[in-house]
Amino acid sequence: MKKILLAIFLVSINVSTFSQDDLLDILDNETPENKTKDIVTATFKGTRILNGHSIENRKDSELEFIISHRFGAINLGFDELFGLDQSNIRFALEYGVTDNLTAGFGRSSFEKTYDSFLKYSLIKQQNGEKPFPFAVSLFSSIAVKTIKDYDPADKRTFAESLSYVSQVLIARKFSESFSFQVTPTYIHRNTVKIEADPHDIFALGFGGRLKLSKRVSLNSEYYYAFDESESINARNSLAFGVDIETGGHVFQLILSNAITMIEKSFIAENTGNFFGGDIHFGFNISRTF
Amino acid sequence: MKLIITIVTCFLFVAITYSQGKYLTKSGAISFYSKATMEDISADNNQVLSIIDTDNSKMAISILMKSFLFEKALMQEHFNENYVESDKYPKATFKGEILNFDTVNDMVSKKQVKGFLTIHGVSKEITIDANMTKKENSILVTGDFMISLEDFNVKIPAVVAKNIAKKIKVTFNLNHQFYKK
Repeated sequence: MKKILLAIFLVSINVSTFSQDDLLDILDNETPENKTKDIVTATFKGTRILNGHSIENRKDSELEFIISHRFGAINLGFDELFGLDQSNIRFALEYGVTDNLTAGFGRSSFEKTYDSFLKYSLIKQQNGEKPFPFAVSLFSSIAVKTIKDYDPADKRTFAESLSYVSQVLIARKFSESFSFQVTPTYIHRNTVKIEADPHDIFALGFGGRLKLSKRVSLNSEYYYAFDESESINARNSLAFGVDIETGGHVFQLILSNAITMIEKSFIAENTGNFFGGDIHFGFNISRTF
Repeated sequence: MKLIITIVTCFLFVAITYSQGKYLTKSGAISFYSKATMEDISADNNQVLSIIDTDNSKMAISILMKSFLFEKALMQEHFNENYVESDKYPKATFKGEILNFDTVNDMVSKKQVKGFLTIHGVSKEITIDANMTKKENSILVTGDFMISLEDFNVKIPAVVAKNIAKKIKVTFNLNHQFYKK
Protein backbone atom coordinates (compact mmCIF):
# COMPACT_ATOMS: atom_id res chain seq x y z
CA MET A 1 0.00 0.00 0.00
CA LYS A 2 2.80 2.36 0.96
CA LYS A 3 4.55 1.66 -2.32
CA ILE A 4 1.45 2.45 -4.31
CA LEU A 5 1.01 5.72 -2.48
CA LEU A 6 4.62 6.62 -3.11
CA ALA A 7 4.24 5.77 -6.78
CA ILE A 8 1.12 7.90 -7.08
CA PHE A 9 2.91 10.70 -5.30
CA LEU A 10 5.87 10.57 -7.64
CA VAL A 11 3.71 10.34 -10.74
CA SER A 12 1.69 13.32 -9.56
CA ILE A 13 4.94 15.30 -9.37
CA ASN A 14 5.55 14.27 -12.97
CA VAL A 15 2.11 15.40 -13.97
CA SER A 16 2.63 18.75 -12.37
CA THR A 17 5.89 19.11 -14.27
CA PHE A 18 4.08 18.23 -17.45
CA SER A 19 1.32 20.75 -17.16
CA GLN A 20 3.84 23.30 -15.92
CA ASP A 21 2.40 26.78 -15.72
CA ASP A 22 1.20 28.82 -18.53
CA LEU A 23 3.78 29.60 -21.22
CA LEU A 24 3.35 33.32 -20.53
CA ASP A 25 4.26 32.73 -16.87
CA ILE A 26 7.49 31.11 -17.98
CA LEU A 27 8.22 34.18 -20.09
CA ASP A 28 7.53 36.42 -17.10
CA ASN A 29 10.04 34.46 -15.06
CA GLU A 30 12.60 34.75 -17.83
CA THR A 31 12.32 38.54 -18.08
CA PRO A 32 15.83 39.83 -17.38
CA GLU A 33 16.14 41.56 -14.02
CA ASN A 34 17.76 44.76 -15.21
CA LYS A 35 14.91 45.41 -17.59
CA THR A 36 12.72 46.29 -14.64
CA LYS A 37 14.52 49.64 -14.29
CA ASP A 38 11.76 52.02 -15.16
CA ILE A 39 12.49 55.71 -15.62
CA VAL A 40 9.49 57.98 -15.24
CA THR A 41 8.99 60.05 -18.39
CA ALA A 42 6.86 63.01 -19.37
CA THR A 43 6.59 64.57 -15.92
CA PHE A 44 5.77 67.70 -17.86
CA LYS A 45 4.96 67.97 -21.54
CA GLY A 46 7.03 70.99 -22.37
CA THR A 47 10.41 72.31 -21.32
CA ARG A 48 8.46 75.14 -19.61
CA ILE A 49 5.77 74.75 -16.97
CA LEU A 50 4.44 78.15 -18.07
CA ASN A 51 6.93 81.01 -17.68
CA GLY A 52 9.65 79.05 -15.95
CA HIS A 53 11.51 75.91 -16.89
CA SER A 54 10.33 72.41 -16.09
CA ILE A 55 12.70 69.49 -15.42
CA GLU A 56 12.17 68.25 -18.97
CA ASN A 57 15.01 68.37 -21.47
CA ARG A 58 15.12 68.03 -25.21
CA LYS A 59 16.48 64.69 -26.28
CA ASP A 60 19.81 64.09 -27.98
CA SER A 61 20.24 66.10 -31.23
CA GLU A 62 16.73 67.49 -31.15
CA LEU A 63 16.36 71.14 -32.05
CA GLU A 64 13.37 72.98 -30.75
CA PHE A 65 12.23 76.36 -31.98
CA ILE A 66 10.10 78.19 -29.43
CA ILE A 67 8.07 81.31 -30.05
CA SER A 68 6.66 82.86 -26.90
CA HIS A 69 4.35 85.79 -26.82
CA ARG A 70 2.85 87.90 -24.02
CA PHE A 71 0.36 90.62 -24.74
CA GLY A 72 -0.30 93.71 -22.63
CA ALA A 73 -2.46 93.61 -19.51
CA ILE A 74 -6.12 92.85 -20.05
CA ASN A 75 -7.15 95.74 -17.77
CA LEU A 76 -5.70 98.31 -20.20
CA GLY A 77 -9.20 98.33 -21.63
CA PHE A 78 -10.66 98.84 -25.05
CA ASP A 79 -8.24 101.60 -26.06
CA GLU A 80 -5.40 99.08 -26.10
CA LEU A 81 -7.73 96.31 -27.24
CA PHE A 82 -7.37 94.66 -23.83
CA GLY A 83 -3.62 94.48 -24.14
CA LEU A 84 -3.40 93.06 -27.63
CA ASP A 85 -1.81 96.27 -28.98
CA GLN A 86 1.27 95.65 -26.88
CA SER A 87 3.38 92.61 -27.02
CA ASN A 88 6.58 91.06 -25.87
CA ILE A 89 7.95 88.29 -27.97
CA ARG A 90 10.78 85.84 -27.42
CA PHE A 91 12.28 83.64 -30.10
CA ALA A 92 14.50 80.82 -28.98
CA LEU A 93 16.41 77.87 -30.30
CA GLU A 94 16.98 75.07 -27.85
CA TYR A 95 19.14 72.08 -28.64
CA GLY A 96 19.61 68.71 -26.98
CA VAL A 97 23.39 68.29 -26.72
CA THR A 98 22.77 64.91 -25.10
CA ASP A 99 19.63 63.35 -23.68
CA ASN A 100 20.43 65.07 -20.39
CA LEU A 101 21.89 68.41 -21.45
CA THR A 102 20.02 71.17 -23.27
CA ALA A 103 21.54 74.43 -24.45
CA GLY A 104 19.37 77.36 -25.46
CA PHE A 105 19.64 80.82 -26.88
CA GLY A 106 16.82 83.36 -27.02
CA ARG A 107 16.00 86.96 -27.65
CA SER A 108 13.16 88.88 -26.02
CA SER A 109 11.82 92.11 -27.40
CA PHE A 110 11.24 93.34 -23.83
CA GLU A 111 14.32 95.43 -22.94
CA LYS A 112 15.93 93.85 -26.05
CA THR A 113 17.33 91.06 -23.93
CA TYR A 114 19.43 88.16 -25.17
CA ASP A 115 19.60 85.09 -22.98
CA SER A 116 21.41 81.82 -23.05
CA PHE A 117 21.06 78.84 -20.78
CA LEU A 118 22.15 75.32 -19.95
CA LYS A 119 19.90 72.75 -18.33
CA TYR A 120 21.19 69.44 -17.06
CA SER A 121 19.11 66.50 -15.90
CA LEU A 122 20.97 65.25 -12.83
CA ILE A 123 18.67 62.60 -11.34
CA LYS A 124 15.64 60.88 -12.80
CA GLN A 125 12.57 59.66 -11.01
CA GLN A 126 12.45 55.87 -11.18
CA ASN A 127 10.12 53.02 -10.44
CA GLY A 128 10.97 49.35 -10.40
CA GLU A 129 14.13 47.80 -8.99
CA LYS A 130 15.90 50.95 -7.83
CA PRO A 131 13.11 53.41 -7.17
CA PHE A 132 13.82 57.08 -6.69
CA PRO A 133 10.97 59.40 -5.69
CA PHE A 134 11.77 62.57 -7.65
CA ALA A 135 13.79 64.08 -10.48
CA VAL A 136 16.36 66.84 -10.24
CA SER A 137 17.58 69.13 -13.00
CA LEU A 138 20.04 72.02 -12.78
CA PHE A 139 19.46 75.23 -14.67
CA SER A 140 21.78 78.14 -15.23
CA SER A 141 21.30 81.14 -17.47
CA ILE A 142 22.87 84.44 -18.35
CA ALA A 143 21.00 87.39 -19.82
CA VAL A 144 22.21 90.62 -21.35
CA LYS A 145 19.97 93.64 -21.57
CA THR A 146 20.77 95.71 -24.66
CA ILE A 147 18.11 98.41 -24.55
CA LYS A 148 19.67 101.88 -24.29
CA ASP A 149 17.55 103.10 -21.39
CA TYR A 150 20.46 104.74 -19.58
CA ASP A 151 21.71 108.29 -19.45
CA PRO A 152 24.08 108.70 -22.48
CA ALA A 153 26.67 110.24 -20.17
CA ASP A 154 26.67 107.09 -18.07
CA LYS A 155 26.97 104.38 -20.70
CA ARG A 156 26.51 100.82 -19.40
CA THR A 157 29.32 98.39 -20.09
CA PHE A 158 28.59 94.84 -21.31
CA ALA A 159 29.42 93.39 -17.92
CA GLU A 160 27.06 95.84 -16.24
CA SER A 161 24.21 94.66 -18.47
CA LEU A 162 24.45 91.07 -17.33
CA SER A 163 22.37 89.10 -14.91
CA TYR A 164 22.59 85.45 -13.87
CA VAL A 165 20.06 82.87 -12.77
CA SER A 166 20.66 79.48 -11.13
CA GLN A 167 17.89 77.06 -10.33
CA VAL A 168 17.53 73.59 -8.91
CA LEU A 169 14.43 72.01 -10.41
CA ILE A 170 12.95 69.25 -8.26
CA ALA A 171 9.87 67.49 -9.60
CA ARG A 172 7.81 64.43 -8.96
CA LYS A 173 5.20 62.78 -11.13
CA PHE A 174 2.75 61.68 -8.45
CA SER A 175 0.44 59.93 -10.85
CA GLU A 176 -0.30 59.67 -14.52
CA SER A 177 -2.19 62.94 -14.29
CA PHE A 178 -0.50 64.96 -11.56
CA SER A 179 3.04 66.35 -11.41
CA PHE A 180 4.52 68.95 -9.09
CA GLN A 181 7.76 70.91 -9.12
CA VAL A 182 9.58 72.98 -6.53
CA THR A 183 12.23 75.37 -7.80
CA PRO A 184 14.73 77.10 -5.49
CA THR A 185 16.13 80.04 -7.46
CA TYR A 186 19.05 82.42 -7.10
CA ILE A 187 19.28 85.55 -9.24
CA HIS A 188 22.21 87.94 -9.44
CA ARG A 189 21.99 91.26 -11.28
CA ASN A 190 25.17 93.21 -12.01
CA THR A 191 23.28 96.46 -12.24
CA VAL A 192 20.26 97.60 -10.26
CA LYS A 193 18.23 100.78 -10.59
CA ILE A 194 18.95 102.32 -7.19
CA GLU A 195 21.37 101.63 -4.35
CA ALA A 196 18.68 100.10 -2.16
CA ASP A 197 17.78 97.41 -4.70
CA PRO A 198 19.33 94.03 -3.95
CA HIS A 199 21.82 92.55 -6.39
CA ASP A 200 21.03 89.07 -5.16
CA ILE A 201 17.53 87.72 -5.04
CA PHE A 202 16.42 84.38 -3.68
CA ALA A 203 13.10 82.91 -4.74
CA LEU A 204 11.16 79.70 -4.50
CA GLY A 205 8.98 78.49 -7.36
CA PHE A 206 6.07 76.06 -7.33
CA GLY A 207 4.56 74.57 -10.44
CA GLY A 208 2.03 71.88 -11.12
CA ARG A 209 0.37 70.04 -13.92
CA LEU A 210 -3.00 68.33 -13.94
CA LYS A 211 -3.74 66.25 -17.00
CA LEU A 212 -7.27 66.70 -18.24
CA SER A 213 -6.99 64.31 -21.15
CA LYS A 214 -4.22 62.51 -23.00
CA ARG A 215 -3.13 65.66 -24.78
CA VAL A 216 -4.40 68.53 -22.64
CA SER A 217 -3.21 69.56 -19.22
CA LEU A 218 -3.92 72.41 -16.84
CA ASN A 219 -0.79 74.07 -15.43
CA SER A 220 -0.12 76.64 -12.76
CA GLU A 221 3.01 78.29 -11.52
CA TYR A 222 3.98 80.65 -8.70
CA TYR A 223 7.31 82.20 -7.76
CA TYR A 224 7.78 83.66 -4.31
CA ALA A 225 10.69 86.14 -4.09
CA PHE A 226 12.37 86.54 -0.69
CA ASP A 227 14.12 89.77 -1.70
CA GLU A 228 12.38 92.66 -3.39
CA SER A 229 13.57 95.70 -5.28
CA GLU A 230 12.74 98.98 -3.57
CA SER A 231 12.60 100.98 -6.81
CA ILE A 232 9.63 99.09 -8.18
CA ASN A 233 6.56 97.67 -6.56
CA ALA A 234 7.66 94.10 -7.26
CA ARG A 235 5.11 91.32 -7.18
CA ASN A 236 5.44 87.58 -7.18
CA SER A 237 4.63 85.99 -10.49
CA LEU A 238 1.57 83.84 -10.87
CA ALA A 239 0.44 82.05 -13.99
CA PHE A 240 -2.26 79.67 -15.11
CA GLY A 241 -2.34 77.92 -18.43
CA VAL A 242 -3.27 75.04 -20.63
CA ASP A 243 -0.88 72.70 -22.48
CA ILE A 244 -2.11 71.25 -25.72
CA GLU A 245 0.03 68.67 -27.40
CA THR A 246 -0.18 67.72 -31.03
CA GLY A 247 2.49 65.50 -32.57
CA GLY A 248 5.74 67.48 -32.66
CA HIS A 249 4.20 70.62 -31.11
CA VAL A 250 3.40 71.67 -27.60
CA PHE A 251 1.10 74.65 -27.51
CA GLN A 252 0.68 76.53 -24.24
CA LEU A 253 -1.96 79.17 -23.56
CA ILE A 254 -1.12 81.34 -20.59
CA LEU A 255 -2.63 83.91 -18.29
CA SER A 256 0.07 85.55 -16.20
CA ASN A 257 0.76 88.75 -14.30
CA ALA A 258 4.22 88.90 -15.91
CA ILE A 259 4.85 90.18 -19.41
CA THR A 260 8.36 88.72 -19.55
CA MET A 261 9.51 85.21 -20.22
CA ILE A 262 12.98 84.99 -18.77
CA GLU A 263 13.62 84.13 -15.15
CA LYS A 264 15.40 87.24 -13.93
CA SER A 265 12.56 89.42 -15.23
CA PHE A 266 9.41 87.59 -14.26
CA ILE A 267 10.74 86.53 -10.88
CA ALA A 268 12.58 89.69 -9.81
CA GLU A 269 11.23 92.57 -11.89
CA ASN A 270 7.53 91.87 -12.26
CA THR A 271 5.08 94.55 -11.21
CA GLY A 272 1.76 93.17 -12.42
CA ASN A 273 -0.95 92.56 -9.84
CA PHE A 274 -2.82 89.46 -10.94
CA PHE A 275 -5.88 90.10 -8.82
CA GLY A 276 -5.88 93.77 -9.80
CA GLY A 277 -6.41 92.71 -13.39
CA ASP A 278 -2.83 93.03 -14.67
CA ILE A 279 -3.23 89.77 -16.50
CA HIS A 280 -1.27 89.16 -19.65
CA PHE A 281 -2.56 86.69 -22.15
CA GLY A 282 0.17 84.77 -23.94
CA PHE A 283 1.28 81.59 -25.59
CA ASN A 284 4.31 79.40 -26.15
CA ILE A 285 4.55 77.39 -29.32
CA SER A 286 7.32 74.90 -29.78
CA ARG A 287 8.23 72.92 -32.84
CA THR A 288 10.75 70.13 -32.58
CA PHE A 289 12.92 69.26 -35.54
CA MET B 1 13.46 -3.78 -5.33
CA LYS B 2 10.07 -3.07 -6.81
CA LEU B 3 10.08 0.25 -5.00
CA ILE B 4 13.40 1.21 -6.51
CA ILE B 5 12.19 0.32 -9.98
CA THR B 6 9.09 2.42 -9.44
CA ILE B 7 11.11 5.40 -8.33
CA VAL B 8 13.60 5.07 -11.17
CA THR B 9 10.78 4.77 -13.67
CA CYS B 10 9.14 7.85 -12.29
CA PHE B 11 12.34 9.85 -12.53
CA LEU B 12 12.83 8.62 -16.09
CA PHE B 13 9.44 10.13 -16.88
CA VAL B 14 10.64 13.38 -15.44
CA ALA B 15 13.77 13.21 -17.58
CA ILE B 16 11.72 12.57 -20.70
CA THR B 17 9.44 15.48 -19.92
CA TYR B 18 12.43 17.77 -19.73
CA SER B 19 14.21 16.61 -22.86
CA GLN B 20 11.20 17.15 -25.06
CA GLY B 21 9.85 20.40 -24.56
CA LYS B 22 10.35 24.00 -24.89
CA TYR B 23 12.23 26.38 -27.10
CA LEU B 24 12.75 29.95 -25.98
CA THR B 25 14.28 33.24 -27.08
CA LYS B 26 14.90 36.36 -25.04
CA SER B 27 16.19 38.41 -27.93
CA GLY B 28 13.51 38.04 -30.54
CA ALA B 29 13.08 40.92 -32.97
CA ILE B 30 9.77 42.60 -33.66
CA SER B 31 9.49 45.77 -35.71
CA PHE B 32 6.60 47.80 -36.90
CA TYR B 33 6.25 50.15 -39.75
CA SER B 34 3.67 52.85 -40.38
CA LYS B 35 3.50 54.36 -43.86
CA ALA B 36 1.47 57.57 -44.02
CA THR B 37 1.24 60.57 -46.33
CA MET B 38 3.40 62.83 -44.20
CA GLU B 39 5.96 60.48 -42.75
CA ASP B 40 7.06 56.90 -42.31
CA ILE B 41 7.56 55.73 -38.77
CA SER B 42 9.31 52.55 -37.71
CA ALA B 43 10.35 51.09 -34.41
CA ASP B 44 12.38 48.06 -33.40
CA ASN B 45 12.29 45.86 -30.36
CA ASN B 46 15.10 43.34 -29.99
CA GLN B 47 14.22 42.08 -26.53
CA VAL B 48 11.12 40.10 -27.33
CA LEU B 49 10.50 36.94 -25.31
CA SER B 50 8.95 34.03 -27.14
CA ILE B 51 8.44 30.38 -26.27
CA ILE B 52 7.24 27.28 -28.14
CA ASP B 53 6.16 24.10 -26.42
CA THR B 54 6.68 21.28 -28.90
CA ASP B 55 4.58 18.87 -26.81
CA ASN B 56 1.36 20.69 -27.55
CA SER B 57 2.32 23.11 -30.37
CA LYS B 58 1.55 26.06 -28.14
CA MET B 59 3.34 29.36 -28.55
CA ALA B 60 3.51 32.48 -26.40
CA ILE B 61 5.15 35.86 -26.97
CA SER B 62 5.71 38.70 -24.52
CA ILE B 63 6.68 42.19 -25.71
CA LEU B 64 7.68 45.03 -23.41
CA MET B 65 6.24 48.15 -25.07
CA LYS B 66 8.87 50.48 -23.61
CA SER B 67 11.58 48.45 -25.39
CA PHE B 68 10.49 49.69 -28.80
CA LEU B 69 13.16 52.06 -30.06
CA PHE B 70 12.22 54.88 -32.43
CA GLU B 71 14.33 57.12 -34.58
CA LYS B 72 13.18 60.18 -32.62
CA ALA B 73 12.97 60.20 -28.84
CA LEU B 74 9.85 62.35 -28.97
CA MET B 75 8.07 59.74 -31.10
CA GLN B 76 8.96 57.12 -28.54
CA GLU B 77 7.59 59.30 -25.75
CA HIS B 78 4.34 59.87 -27.62
CA PHE B 79 4.06 56.18 -28.46
CA ASN B 80 4.32 55.23 -24.79
CA GLU B 81 2.37 58.18 -23.38
CA ASN B 82 -0.46 58.76 -25.81
CA TYR B 83 -0.96 55.75 -28.01
CA VAL B 84 -0.24 52.43 -26.30
CA GLU B 85 -0.19 53.88 -22.75
CA SER B 86 2.73 51.77 -21.57
CA ASP B 87 2.34 52.65 -17.91
CA LYS B 88 -1.14 51.15 -17.91
CA TYR B 89 -0.46 48.36 -20.39
CA PRO B 90 3.26 47.61 -20.18
CA LYS B 91 3.19 44.47 -22.31
CA ALA B 92 1.73 43.18 -25.50
CA THR B 93 1.28 39.41 -25.54
CA PHE B 94 0.39 36.64 -27.91
CA LYS B 95 -0.85 33.25 -26.85
CA GLY B 96 -1.83 30.61 -29.33
CA GLU B 97 -1.11 27.48 -31.23
CA ILE B 98 0.92 26.57 -34.29
CA LEU B 99 -1.30 24.60 -36.67
CA ASN B 100 0.19 21.40 -38.14
CA PHE B 101 3.30 21.91 -36.03
CA ASP B 102 4.30 18.24 -36.41
CA THR B 103 5.09 18.85 -40.07
CA VAL B 104 7.68 21.54 -39.29
CA ASN B 105 11.14 20.32 -40.29
CA ASP B 106 14.57 21.62 -41.23
CA MET B 107 13.27 23.10 -44.48
CA VAL B 108 11.49 26.44 -44.42
CA SER B 109 7.76 25.91 -44.52
CA LYS B 110 4.76 28.16 -44.18
CA LYS B 111 2.54 27.44 -41.20
CA GLN B 112 -0.38 29.17 -39.61
CA VAL B 113 -0.33 30.45 -36.07
CA LYS B 114 -3.67 31.06 -34.45
CA GLY B 115 -4.32 32.72 -31.13
CA PHE B 116 -5.04 35.84 -29.15
CA LEU B 117 -3.00 38.98 -29.58
CA THR B 118 -3.31 41.47 -26.71
CA ILE B 119 -2.19 45.06 -27.21
CA HIS B 120 -3.27 48.11 -25.21
CA GLY B 121 -5.42 45.86 -23.03
CA VAL B 122 -7.49 44.64 -25.95
CA SER B 123 -7.44 40.96 -26.99
CA LYS B 124 -8.20 39.93 -30.51
CA GLU B 125 -8.12 36.53 -32.14
CA ILE B 126 -5.81 36.46 -35.14
CA THR B 127 -4.42 33.90 -37.56
CA ILE B 128 -1.12 34.73 -39.21
CA ASP B 129 1.22 33.03 -41.64
CA ALA B 130 4.74 32.36 -40.48
CA ASN B 131 7.80 30.72 -41.96
CA MET B 132 9.15 28.01 -39.70
CA THR B 133 12.32 25.99 -39.63
CA LYS B 134 13.15 23.43 -36.98
CA LYS B 135 16.77 22.48 -36.47
CA GLU B 136 18.18 20.16 -33.87
CA ASN B 137 18.34 22.79 -31.13
CA SER B 138 16.42 25.68 -32.54
CA ILE B 139 13.15 26.77 -34.09
CA LEU B 140 13.14 29.85 -36.30
CA VAL B 141 9.87 31.70 -36.83
CA THR B 142 9.72 34.69 -39.18
CA GLY B 143 7.10 36.64 -41.06
CA ASP B 144 4.97 39.72 -41.10
CA PHE B 145 1.32 40.71 -40.81
CA MET B 146 -0.86 43.79 -40.67
CA ILE B 147 -2.76 45.03 -37.65
CA SER B 148 -5.35 47.75 -37.49
CA LEU B 149 -4.91 50.31 -34.70
CA GLU B 150 -8.65 50.63 -34.40
CA ASP B 151 -8.96 46.96 -33.39
CA PHE B 152 -6.82 47.62 -30.34
CA ASN B 153 -8.52 50.87 -29.37
CA VAL B 154 -5.47 52.98 -30.22
CA LYS B 155 -6.90 56.33 -31.24
CA ILE B 156 -5.22 58.65 -33.69
CA PRO B 157 -6.30 62.29 -33.37
CA ALA B 158 -7.31 64.09 -36.55
CA VAL B 159 -4.31 66.46 -36.47
CA VAL B 160 -1.83 63.61 -36.91
CA ALA B 161 -4.00 61.47 -39.16
CA LYS B 162 -1.60 62.16 -42.02
CA ASN B 163 1.41 61.12 -39.95
CA ILE B 164 0.26 57.75 -38.69
CA ALA B 165 -1.13 54.91 -40.78
CA LYS B 166 -4.34 53.20 -39.71
CA LYS B 167 -2.83 49.82 -40.50
CA ILE B 168 0.59 48.95 -39.19
CA LYS B 169 2.92 46.33 -40.62
CA VAL B 170 4.48 44.11 -37.98
CA THR B 171 7.59 42.07 -38.80
CA PHE B 172 8.96 39.34 -36.57
CA ASN B 173 12.07 37.22 -36.42
CA LEU B 174 12.14 34.83 -33.47
CA ASN B 175 14.98 32.38 -33.20
CA HIS B 176 14.12 30.01 -30.36
CA GLN B 177 16.82 27.93 -28.72
CA PHE B 178 16.28 24.74 -26.79
CA TYR B 179 15.22 25.67 -23.28
CA LYS B 180 16.56 23.63 -20.38
CA LYS B 181 14.98 24.02 -17.04
